Amino acid sequence: MSNVSVGSASVSSANAAEQETVSGRRRNRFMEFVGRLVRERPLGAFGAAICVVLIFTGVFADVIAPEGYNAISPLDRLKAPSWEHWFGTDQLGRDLFARTVHGAQLSIIVAFAATTLSIIISAVIGIASGYIGGRFDMTVQRFVDGWMCFPDLIILIVAVSVLGPGTGQVILVLGLLFGIAGSRIVRGAVLSVKENTYVHAAQSMGASTLRILLRHILPNVMAPIIVLYTTRLAAVILAESGLSFLGLGIPPPAPSWGGMLSLDGRTYMFQAPWLAIVPGLALTVAVFGINMFGDALRDLLDPRMRGGGGRFIARVRKRAPASQR
Amino acid sequence: MNTDASGQGAASVAGHVADADQPVTGEAPRTLLQVRNLRTIFRHDHGSLTAVDGVSFDVRRGETLAIVGESGSGKSITAMSLLRLIPSPPGEIVDGEVEFDGRDLLELSDEEIRQIRGNEIAMIFQEPMTSLNPVLNIARQIGEPMEIHSRRDRDSIWKRCVDLLRQVRIPDPERRLKAYPHQFSGGMRQRAMIAMGLACEPKLIIADEPTTALDVTVQAQILELLKDLTRDHHSSMILITHDLGVVARYADRINVMYAGRIVERGTSDEIFNHPRHPYTLGLMESVPRLNDSDGTRLRPIPGQPPDLSNLPRGCPFHPRCRFAMDKCREAEPPLEQLSEEHWKACWVDLDDKH
Repeated sequence: MSNVSVGSASVSSANAAEQETVSGRRRNRFMEFVGRLVRERPLGAFGAAICVVLIFTGVFADVIAPEGYNAISPLDRLKAPSWEHWFGTDQLGRDLFARTVHGAQLSIIVAFAATTLSIIISAVIGIASGYIGGRFDMTVQRFVDGWMCFPDLIILIVAVSVLGPGTGQVILVLGLLFGIAGSRIVRGAVLSVKENTYVHAAQSMGASTLRILLRHILPNVMAPIIVLYTTRLAAVILAESGLSFLGLGIPPPAPSWGGMLSLDGRTYMFQAPWLAIVPGLALTVAVFGINMFGDALRDLLDPRMRGGGGRFIARVRKRAPASQR
Repeated sequence: MNTDASGQGAASVAGHVADADQPVTGEAPRTLLQVRNLRTIFRHDHGSLTAVDGVSFDVRRGETLAIVGESGSGKSITAMSLLRLIPSPPGEIVDGEVEFDGRDLLELSDEEIRQIRGNEIAMIFQEPMTSLNPVLNIARQIGEPMEIHSRRDRDSIWKRCVDLLRQVRIPDPERRLKAYPHQFSGGMRQRAMIAMGLACEPKLIIADEPTTALDVTVQAQILELLKDLTRDHHSSMILITHDLGVVARYADRINVMYAGRIVERGTSDEIFNHPRHPYTLGLMESVPRLNDSDGTRLRPIPGQPPDLSNLPRGCPFHPRCRFAMDKCREAEPPLEQLSEEHWKACWVDLDDKH
């Protein structure tokens, strides 16, 4: 069993890392990185394995549970877990396993879409604000301050009540919410990178501002951006579940884990506890896995490493290994 | 044009007379860069300070001109002002002309000045350890000026990079080009920086303390290299340094700066053998020499460099000057010509024995 998980961990983080670096790098670098992950951060590797299972489940949801998430079967209402229905059924006789699997799909769609959106927003605001500086930075940052003063939930409730519930709306709102907050982190990284002599050198050789931003600043703030991405993924999944739990997120019958917890789980908690336990557990495991992987990634990318960027693997290899554990 | 510029410069600076000789030899004028009355200030909460105060100088084609002075004397700011690289705000070039090859750089649009930077005037910075971007390999960095300014394709940029690394004497250039900066030593990085500077065959290279962070032996190699390469390419060089040893060996002419002004100008020979400004003299005396007899004490310049936002009245050097007279406390001396190549801004008549 443990062999299996380690094996899939290697595949997993190779995939994950590939998605998260700027462009495709050489494969053996990833294998070395994966080796380090497994050796030095076994929990992170385990988290990576969970992420892979999650992504795999989401991508192949229709193959794993071909009957779909909304196959109502009045005769099978509130059945306990059995060979036929691994996780039992809900009050409409829908197979809970199928709903959980499709819930994974929904979660990762929302998570990746909203996180990607938020990272783009963070990067654009953070880099522009940090690099241009001066009055522009001042204005933008006061706006960000103001935005961050509002409790997230209030913004979410207002936005959803204006836009109406739905997957797209949730993605948009979460992306915006996390994006603006995350711009601070990117801005901070940009502030330290832009004072490097190579940025001045680029100016002195006639590079345009856009070129400096894309060629010299962005690659050097990739490390914090990657870390931000992984931590945001879990936060977005949680936030989406929370919204759906409150009925502000993705409306039924879509199998959002949060919605399942709230609608079915809460109502039938005593007759059919699996209705609450299964989506709750799925949520917990997914968030745990992503967080563990994100933490391990952050440790290996080392926040103190200045101007690491896309080259992190080579640098990580050179850095003192076990002592930092 | 030339006479016009120098006339205006001389008229508008209080006492800072500009040298007006502009003999035109053949088709190209002898002077490549003509700086007139350059003033750069930095604003802060309580006012502003003048980092470069009415500096005028020329750079001739093919020569190496040194700008010497201690930290805070305005030598780097002068150089940055030429390419308009002063961060603004807080910095601002408030006055002056920088005529380069027939154009006033201070009048150009942002786009036009970008075409000059790295292409016709290249700058080499003082920190080889941080002047290269850690995430890009050497080829991409040396090739960057060409990507910006030339229409070469990737292959021809690569070939040129190989050629450049060979010129700066880095062995095995094909392999080295694929390396990253952390795989290079300090000396090699500075060589790579020089290669970057030479990439577009600029007419003028500004080297801002190019050897400060390097070992003494490597310093000599780098300077030798710079000198050879500028000679081969018929480029001019402005060498900014506080190291008189460097200057003596590699510069044709020297400008000594103090408190944002040029206080003495002359050929290396003149400045070293017949310094006429007490500050220059003080700099000489504070450097150990091999032929000093045993027990000779170095004579430091007393005091600190002046606070630029609160300069003393009169000559800015007088509080530290052992020759200071009443007149020095009253009026600032103009830069006046002593001989064809020798200028000084001082009321005191120094001779060779002091």
